[in-house]
This record gives sequence, structure tokens and C-alpha cells, in this order.
Amino acid sequence: MMERLVVVGNGMAGVACVEQILNHAPKFEITIFGDETHLNYNRILLSSVLAGEKAADEIQLNGLEWYAKHGIVLRLGIRITDVDAERKMVTGDDDSKTPFDKLLIATGSTPLIPPMDGLEKEGLFVFRNLDDTRALLDRAAPGKRAVVIGGGLLGLEAARGLQVQGCDVTVVHLMDTLMERQLDLTGGSYLKAKMECLGVKVLLERSTTAILGNGKAEGVAFKDGSSIAADFVVIAAGIRPNVELGRKAGLEVNRGIIVNDYMETSNPDVFAVGECVEHNGTCYGLVAPLFEQGKVLAATITGNRGPLYRGTIQAAKLKIMGVDVFSAGNFSEKAPGTDAVRYEDPALGTYKKLTVRDGKLAGVILVGDTSESHRYMDWLRSQTDLTAMRRQLLFPGPADDAGLDVAAMADSKVVCGCNGVTKGAIIHAVHEKGISTLAQLRDSTRASTGCGSCTEVCQQLLKAVAPEFQEEAKKSLCKCIPFPEDKLREILRSQRLRSVQEVLEIYGNGVGCEICKPALSYMLDMLWCGDHDEDRSARFINDRVHANIQKDGTFSVVPRIRGGVTSAKELRRIADVAEKYNVPMVKITGSQRIDLLGVKKADLPQIWADLGMPSGQAYTKGVRMVKTCVGTDFCRFGVQDSTKAGVELERRLENLYTPHKLKMGAVGCPRNCAEATVKDIGLVGQEGSWQVVVGGAAGKKVRKADLLITVESTEEALQAATLFFQYYRENANYLERTYDFVERKGIENVRRDTVYAPLAIQQGLRERLRKSKRISRDAWLEGDAPRHPTQFVQIESLEKVQG
Amino acid sequence: MNNKQWIRVTAMQNIPLREGRSVNVAGREIAIFNLGDRVLAIDGRCPHKGGPLAEGIVTGSTVVCPLHAWKISLETGSISKPNENPACVATYRTRIESGIVLIEVPEASQEMEERPLSCGEQNRACLGDSPSPVL
Ligand code: SRM
Ligand SMILES: Cc1cc2nc3c(=O)[nH]c(=O)nc-3n(C[C@H](O)[C@H](O)[C@H](O)COP(=O)(O)OP(=O)(O)OC[C@H]3O[C@@H](n4cnc5c(N)ncnc54)[C@H](O)[C@@H]3O)c2cc1C
Ligand code: SF4
Ligand code: FES
Repeated sequence: MMERLVVVGNGMAGVACVEQILNHAPKFEITIFGDETHLNYNRILLSSVLAGEKAADEIQLNGLEWYAKHGIVLRLGIRITDVDAERKMVTGDDDSKTPFDKLLIATGSTPLIPPMDGLEKEGLFVFRNLDDTRALLDRAAPGKRAVVIGGGLLGLEAARGLQVQGCDVTVVHLMDTLMERQLDLTGGSYLKAKMECLGVKVLLERSTTAILGNGKAEGVAFKDGSSIAADFVVIAAGIRPNVELGRKAGLEVNRGIIVNDYMETSNPDVFAVGECVEHNGTCYGLVAPLFEQGKVLAATITGNRGPLYRGTIQAAKLKIMGVDVFSAGNFSEKAPGTDAVRYEDPALGTYKKLTVRDGKLAGVILVGDTSESHRYMDWLRSQTDLTAMRRQLLFPGPADDAGLDVAAMADSKVVCGCNGVTKGAIIHAVHEKGISTLAQLRDSTRASTGCGSCTEVCQQLLKAVAPEFQEEAKKSLCKCIPFPEDKLREILRSQRLRSVQEVLEIYGNGVGCEICKPALSYMLDMLWCGDHDEDRSARFINDRVHANIQKDGTFSVVPRIRGGVTSAKELRRIADVAEKYNVPMVKITGSQRIDLLGVKKADLPQIWADLGMPSGQAYTKGVRMVKTCVGTDFCRFGVQDSTKAGVELERRLENLYTPHKLKMGAVGCPRNCAEATVKDIGLVGQEGSWQVVVGGAAGKKVRKADLLITVESTEEALQAATLFFQYYRENANYLERTYDFVERKGIENVRRDTVYAPLAIQQGLRERLRKSKRISRDAWLEGDAPRHPTQFVQIESLEKVQG
Repeated sequence: MNNKQWIRVTAMQNIPLREGRSVNVAGREIAIFNLGDRVLAIDGRCPHKGGPLAEGIVTGSTVVCPLHAWKISLETGSISKPNENPACVATYRTRIESGIVLIEVPEASQEMEERPLSCGEQNRACLGDSPSPVL
């Protein structure tokens, strides 16, 4: 006979526990009640939804077919209001009564609202579920002032999401340091600096006493008498376990529903799991413990009582790109016998601290560089004796260089903390299902689908055990020089090589080809910011004569018309040139400029001189143009001066070589008349702000550009665009357009490495761009001072043939 | 028939190292290349679609046509890419005398009849178009 199991709460813990129960022999007819109307989704990723990195439907965990497949009755939008433990019955807010043999309470928690005046006002938000997130997204808009009350993990992630949406965000925190549960004072100050670097304001030691405003939130007031203005307020001050049903069922309840090591409550037929429980004095607020609890509970409830839950070492990771923060265990230095081992570099914004007690790791704080977090978690969990490793605690020793040794990991070790997937489970899945890619692994085990911090370990495991696993093979440029491009850039830089021929002779076949020669030319120019040995024989013909070769061997001439803005005088000169040199075709291009086609090479210098305009670089892998619209000057919809911004952007970047051609656009409003959202870099004007978008395309491929950042002033927009520009120059492969580059890197990483990078890194990018720009010049000036006497000349034979 | 003659063409330094220049000799467009240790000359037009070979990138003793990247041997006139193809671009002997490049060409009168049909015209079907990787 099947027993009836009723689950209250269609959230992460409840459904994960049901998944575990399904791994045991079938025993239950299952009904799940959820008061949210959504299928089970990954709550962790709400932060990503708010930041526009994921769509709401991308974070769903269990689809309807999963429920159907397991015969689970799903009742969504129904809130369970009462439990009758005696008669074994739950009551819903639809007045339904559902009997059970076993009950599982997985009701999670609710946002904690600290007492203050004015809580009834409109414009007050919390951040717990998908509906909250949607409401926040509706409210967030560029320039809107948002106040987030609470400087913990949740508050900071909310702040960042709102900031990406263009809001002007202030985080208000009661304590003297951010994330005080996870960080010490120094760590907190590094974190604060990073948040401020993102553009989020932080106010510490402010106790909020009231939401101000007439009917709707207009500001918040503090205990010290001060106040700040706000268009809306988000409260993220902590969570409170949902224990009411436990109380109604007559369970023993403290802060949470009390459970023992078998995950049993005080009633043998009622169970509880997740954030609503309290185990050994602790209520957890992270997913890793919930999965561990779920496994134990599944064993107990299916009659396999045995496995024990002994608590979880808490580890937290802040999911904000560019603000890498990790903390685990106990970081207090006060306990006797505790040493603290520290490292900090303010310029890079890196802070690391380990607390070591009795030779074992007790806690860890990482800010700015969390790449070693898995090693430390391993030490924490296994309580490894660190005495012998004392010299290498903060930096991997030479042998450990490769990172974590997956072979040495125990099978029982949890790889994916978010989904509770062990190494053993991964290996099993690989063998069972013939998995060979990370995507397949994600699909079948869910490993690495939570916060993503275990992705690298998963990849290493796959590499070690999946026979077919192929790491994305890094292609070398061509046969002449056998290195992938990133390696090549490293070699050129470290070996201080400055000429193409030198590189080919030392590292290649000494000859080179039409693929590697232009690529190396580009790399050298970029790496040495123009201070290299330019070798025109290694350049494509277009770059030898600064014009685009045509099918008949003639050339085309496209002068620079910045932002598409020209004048009667310029047009007259262009017309004169066209007549004087019998230019066969004068054409308006698709990029708001004018093309003179069919020009003889020998005429180029004179044409350039007559035009008196700089090169439009229409022939090279370099900065093409910025298309602009008429913006505020004339258009009735224009809200930003796109013409001026575009012309300025073009000025700042023109004359520079790029890995592939680079086209830009600036538009005065989202109507997007100059197609900025399908350009390599686009500036999209909004009321009071600019969106800087990158990686767009409307050529061979059509791709909508990704949002890099939203900023208020034109200057900030130009700065963000130029940061990305130099980053692309330095990191893209030759002939890789931004649409491929951004996709390969992922916009998240692009953001992290540019606009959200530590200041020192941003300054480095800016400085190298400045240097390149300083050395660069308008290529057409070579018309007056050729690099070689016959650069543009048609050679005539010295001697006539005697007929 | 031995109706050929040596023509003084241009000063050696007019052709930059590892580059080509086109020159008109006896009504022919000839591409001359400076390979450092020697100077080589071939017909100036690509057998594919008439691309100007003097503007190509030199790789070893091969030139890559700037239009669609056919690879033509400067020594034999044969094509190595897109397909192996026997000599079909005319080559010319060269020598250097006191800094001046000399090229051996057929005498003007003969040249007209003797000029071979462009092999690209004959072979296009089998050789196919290969898009330039650089554009
Ligand atoms: C002249 C122009 C067409 C026109 O008459 O309007 C043009 C002409 C050529 N385009 Fe273009 N493109 C022109 C605007 C565009 C645009 C529209 C734009 O810029 O807003 C696009 C789509 C946007 C883009 O770049 O993605 C465009 C996408 C391409 C592509 C596909 C690039 C891609 O990765 O998707 C190529 C081929 C390539 O780059 O590999 C290409 C290549 C070419 C080349 C350079 C082919 C070549 O290598 O010889 C053409 C040169 C013709 C010649 O003999 O001079 N052209 N081309 C336009 C010059 C704009 C200018 O003022 O500089
Ligand atoms: C924005 C955000 C980011 C987070 N980031 C991380 C992170 O990076 N790492 C991490 O480890 N954790 C993170 N967390 C915490 C993590 O999401 C929670 O620990 C986890 O979801 C708790 O699971 P749960 O099942 O106990 O509760 P929930 O997931 O909240 O599920 C409980 C469900 O039960 C429903 N419910 C409650 N009462 C009733 C009732 N009476 N009747 C019917 N249904 C009811 C609720 O509506 C809810 O759907 C984050 C949380 C948020 C909100
Ligand atoms: S993009 Fe907007 S502002 Fe610009 S021209 Fe079009 S409608 Fe006007
Ligand atoms: S014309 Fe030379 S390759 Fe096509």
C-alpha cells in the first residue's frame, strides 16, 4: 500500500528532498503544495534575473513533465493555512482538506522586516521570490534612486542588480561593516571599496527608523536624525523561518522547527527540511545544508533510518561579478590557539585571511580573488593537518600549481555545494550516461547549475574520467607558428619581440603566411602600443596603401566623416576630387559616409591631399565609424546628444587597429535609428542615462548587443566604451569580431574585466590605450611622406623593349 | 625559338624586401618580388580572376593573391592553393647588375601570339573560388 506524502512548500529544499525520496524504493503518493504560482525554480539565481543576466524562465529547476513523470500531484497557488496533526489533514486557503500519512514541511522563510515607521507606504519592496523580483524590475529604471536596507549577501546582490538596471543605489547597513557575519573589518572595507567602485553608495552604522513620504516612499530616516531621498526602498535585512505550520502541528519549535540528527521532528509522522528548520541550534540560510538535510530525511522517511545529519560548515559566496567574495567557517581570531594568516594588496583589491586553529583550518575569508576557495573548503571539511603546508597556505606551492587534485578527492566529497552533488555522483553519471560535455553533466546531475563556483572542478573531473571529454581545443593561428593566440601574445610580450620577421624566425617557420603575418602585425602594434617595428610586407595590401583593393586592382577611398556629420565645404571638395580624378563611382555607404570607388593607386596621395580629410579606415581591421542619429539637436524624441557623443567617441578611438573591424553607433533614444544595438559598441540614450552595449552585429551574423553598463553622464559612457575597446584589442583573437568575442568570454566576464574590474586594472587598460593613441596618426599623412619611395608609385621600366 | 631579350627595369631598392611591385615591360604587366637573396618575376595577373599579384603577401617563395588568396609559386608559376596545379603563370628570368634589376622577356613582336591562354580561364571549374581569409 502506498502511503500519502504531502509536501508543503514547492521550493528548493522541499523539491530537492522529494528528488532524494524518489531515489529510494517507491513508497509514497506525493502531493506538493506551493503558494507561489511558479514551478520550482533556483531561488539563488533571482540575483541574476534582477541583474538582467538570466531570464525568469531560465532558472526553472523542475518542469511540469518531471512532476508528471513521477506521478506527483502539484497544487500551485495554494497556501496551507492549517495542520491537524491528530486527524492527519492539512487545510488550504482554498478550503481544501488533504489527508496525509506523512507530512513534510518545507516552507522556507520570509523576509525579516525590522520595526520602523511608514512600512505601509507604496514603493517598499522585499527580495525573496520571483514575484518580488519582477516587481523590482518593473520599478527599476535608469536614474531612479533606490535605497537598499541591509548590507548582507542578499542586500548587496539586490543593490548590484538594481545598479545594473541603471538605478542610483545606496545600501544602508546597521553594522559598522558589510557582511559582518561573513567578513572581518578589513574584509568588509575591501568589499565596501569594491561596491563603491561599482557605483553603489554605502552608508554604515545607520539604523533606519522610518520610511518617509506622503503615501509613497520618498526617503528613509535614520536614528541619528539624518535622512536620504529615495524613489523606492528594498528591505533585505534578514530572514525569518516560516514556522507557523510547525506550531499548528504541535511540533517543538524554537527559532525554527526543531529537528534531530535523523531529521525527525517531535512528531514521527511530520518532517521538516530547509530554511524553516533548526538543527543543533542553527537555522541555515543557504542551500548547501538543505541538500544534505534532504538526503538524510529521505533515508529516514522511507524507512532507511541510519544516515545522520551533523550540521554543515557554512560557506558563502557573493554573486556579484567583479566583487569576488568568499567566506567559510569561523574567522574569529579570538579563540585560544588561533593564528590568523593574512595577505592583502590594496591596489588589486585582494584580501585573504585564514584562521588556523591547532594546525587545522578554522575559517577563511577571500576578497578579490576567490580562485582557491575549493582548496580551502576541502581543508575545512576534511580538517587536514596544515603543519607541513604552513609556507603555502595562501599561495599554492609549485606542485599544487595545477589547482585542485581531483584524483585525490574522496568520492563522497561534495563538488557542487548548491545542488549537493558529490564527486562519486558525477563519476557515476559520466559512466552511466556516457557524458562527455559540461552541458550534459549539468543536465543530468545539476552540478554547476547553482552559483557556478564549482564549474572548474566539474571540468577537471570530466577531463579525468570522461573518455570522450574534449576540452575546447585551442587552435593555433596557422601552420607557420604553432601556438594559440593567447599564448602567442604572452610570448611576444615576455620575450619583448617587436618585429614580425623576428617572431617568425624564433618561434615559427621563418616564412609566415597571409594569415599569421597580418595577425602578428596586429599583435605587435597592440602589445607595444604602436612602438614596434612596423613591417609593411607583413600587412595586407589595404594596409600598405590605406585604401581598399577592388576586384580590378583599383582602390576605394572613404574619408572620415565623424558621426556621419559633414559640411557643404567638405562635400564640395569631395565633388571636386571625384571630377578631377574621374572617379567612376561616388557612393553613399551603409555607414553614413561617402565612398570614391575605382581609384588608381598612384592617384591616392594626391586625392587625399585634395580632400584634406583624414582616412576613414574603411579598408582595415581598425576603427571604422560611429553611426549617429540626430539626437537632441533636431529630433523631437531625442533625450541624449547622440551626435556629439558619437563624434567624440570616434575622435577618441580613430586611427587605431583592432583585431577585426570595429563599428560603433550612438543613438539619442531607444528607437535606435542609427542601429547602435547591432554594432560592436553602441551608446543608447535614455532619459537621464546611457546604456553602453557591446558585441552587437548585423552582418554575416545578427546579434543584439549585450548591456555592458548603464551610466548617467556622457563622459562615463565614453569611458566605459573605451575600456571595452582596449579590452577587446588586448584579448580577442585576430579576425574575431566583438560578436564572437563577447559570446566566447561571456558578458559577465567582460563586465568583470572592464567596467567592474579593480581600479588598477582599469587604469592599466586606459594607460595602454592612451599610449597607442598618442603614437597613432592619420594613415593618409603617409601620402606626403611615404614609408617607401615606391609605396604609391607605378614603376616604369628604365629601358624600352626594342621591337 | 630564342627571341628573348634582357631589359633593365628598375633600381633594386625600389622594391622593398618581401614585397612586390608591378612594372610594365613590353606591354606586359609583370610582378617583381624582392626575396632578399634574389629577385623573382612572374606575370602580374592572377589566373583566377585577374588579381594584381604584385600586391600580394609574400610567404617564402610564394605570393598570395590579394583578391581570393590563391597561392602562386614565384619560382615555377604553379598554384598550390586552392588546389595543386601545374605551372600556369608565366615566370621570367631575372638578374641584378650594379643595383639594377633586369628581366628577360620575349621580343615584343612575338609576345602577342605566344602569350598562353590564362589557365585560370580553363581551370576555374576545378579550382573553385576560395574566399580571402584576410578580408
Ligand atoms: C562600402 C560598403 C558598402 C556600401 O556601399 O555601403 C561596404 C563594402 C564592403 N564590405 Fe561591408 N561595406 C559597408 C558597410 C557594411 C555594413 C553596414 C555598416 O557598417 O553599418 C556591414 C554590416 C555590419 C558589420 O560590419 O557587421 C558590412 C558587413 C560586411 C562584412 C560582414 C562582416 C561580419 O563579420 O558580419 C564583410 C566581410 C568581412 O568583414 O569579413 C564586409 C566587407 C566589405 C568589403 C570590404 C569587402 C572587401 O573586403 O572588399 C566591401 C568593400 C567594397 C569595396 O570594394 O570597397 N562588409 N559592411 C560599406 C562601407 C561602410 C563604410 O563607410 O565604411
Ligand atoms: C535572491 C536570493 C539569493 C540567494 N543566493 C543564495 C546563494 O548564492 N547561495 C545559497 O546557498 N543560498 C542563496 N539563497 C538562499 C536560498 O535560496 C535558500 O536558502 C533556499 O531557497 C531555501 O530553500 P527552502 O526550500 O527552504 O525555501 P524556499 O526556497 O523559500 O521554498 C519555500 C517555498 O514554500 C512556499 N511556502 C511557504 N509557506 C507555504 C505555505 N504555507 N503553503 C504553501 N507554500 C508555502 C514558499 O512560497 C516557497 O515557495 C538566496 C536567496 C535569495 C532570495
Ligand atoms: S534614435 Fe531617437 S533621438 Fe535619435 S533620431 Fe531616432 S528617434 Fe530621434
Ligand atoms: S583573383 Fe587571385 S585569387 Fe582570385
